[in-house]
Amino acid sequence: MYDGGKIIPGLIIFVLFITFPVWYNRGNAGAVPQPELPKKFKECVLPYADMRAEHMQLLNRWRDQVLRTGDWGFDVKIGDTMYQKSLMNTCMQCHTSKKKFCDRCHTYASVKPYCWDCHIAPVE
Amino acid sequence: MKYTFPLAAVVALVLFSWVGASIPGMQYIFGIVVPYLAMGLFLGGFCYRVIGWARSPVPFKIPTTCGQGFSLPWIKYDKLEAPLTTSQVIARMFLEVVLFRSLWRNTKATVYKGPKLTYESSKWLWLFAMLFHYSFLVIILRHMRLFLNPVPAVISNIEFFDGILQIGAPTMYLTEVTILLGLFLLLGRRFFNRHVRYISLANDFFPLYLIIAIVLTGILMRFFLRSGVDIIAIKRLAVGLVTFHPTIIADIGSIFYIHVFLVSALLVYFPFSKLMHMGGVFLSPTRNMANDTRMRRHINPWNDPNIKPHSYAAYEDEFRKDMVEQGIPVEKPLTAEESAAAEE
Repeated sequence: MYDGGKIIPGLIIFVLFITFPVWYNRGNAGAVPQPELPKKFKECVLPYADMRAEHMQLLNRWRDQVLRTGDWGFDVKIGDTMYQKSLMNTCMQCHTSKKKFCDRCHTYASVKPYCWDCHIAPVE
Repeated sequence: MKYTFPLAAVVALVLFSWVGASIPGMQYIFGIVVPYLAMGLFLGGFCYRVIGWARSPVPFKIPTTCGQGFSLPWIKYDKLEAPLTTSQVIARMFLEVVLFRSLWRNTKATVYKGPKLTYESSKWLWLFAMLFHYSFLVIILRHMRLFLNPVPAVISNIEFFDGILQIGAPTMYLTEVTILLGLFLLLGRRFFNRHVRYISLANDFFPLYLIIAIVLTGILMRFFLRSGVDIIAIKRLAVGLVTFHPTIIADIGSIFYIHVFLVSALLVYFPFSKLMHMGGVFLSPTRNMANDTRMRRHINPWNDPNIKPHSYAAYEDEFRKDMVEQGIPVEKPLTAEESAAAEE
């Protein structure tokens, strides 16, 4: 081994850097976030799995339709009732708490949606 | 052949993981076993290669100097291009690793009528390399949000600035655009520059195709094939992997397993390919040695200690008689006795 005094420490730093998540979490995977679901309602705008994966795209589409084309249509169907395309007036009617619903997963996954740049979050 | 074979290999990897991850129960293979195996091979292979290099002697002091070397104290010398001291070598290495300084010297050779050969500075390669490498770095750091719980502020800040344009939801990242731009420019360079195309091999195209495929599957997963992309389940799996308690808590779309499998393929391929320039750049004798051959003697570690230095004076003493006989000039003439003996 030549220059082992420099190369081996360098290699150790590299390995520690690559395995950083292992040292950072220290074997604790943490709890999976459980957003608080509304008690009265069982159905949402889309089926459960689609809502989990695609709600941000849906909200983005609503935002574009409402703000850019002025289409405030009451064409969101949940169960048998029609609702308005609206974060505050439709989504937040059931999911009343931002902290107990939105933030639980968003904090876990480090997602910072910019909904609240314009909308005023409910006081909690 | 050299263009299509690596492409076919990447397509085969995609199809293999796509079909494989769709079989019930195989998610544990593609989501847990394969990533562990890949990471093990990456770290083991990386250390193996670096230690292999560390065990190789450097017989000569061979820094590449590209400027005035140190000669006399009043002659100004180029501290970065012909470094004399360790700190200058460190500065040179730092700029090489961080800014890819040597690519700034890339030239393009053209033959004009005459024939007249010209060399022209071609800094595109440097630009493409900077685009690609830094985008990739930011992307890897950004992905740490899925491996670290809780997410450190540094990571969320990187993510914030990367998505600062706030286009769409989920927000588009700047690095997604810049890495693709860098990759396609690097690939285009290998296709459209005749000289580079001639020297390009299958193993130059494969990593480019593979990384393009990784980026494209990532973009597809984030924006277009979102069904089944449950980020909470993905984060639980990723954090589980690094805490050695991996679990798959929900069905995750195939696109995720394809993405993970391609990254695993890259990790396995890494230590045994040209991608090892990541470690190799630190061990380049032409870059990490000081230009001080006139002040310090470099001992070749290969030298057999039993072979003693043989000076010219000793050499002449040994062969003087024969040299004189052959008419070769000598520094010390033969003594009278020796010449008498020679004439006999």
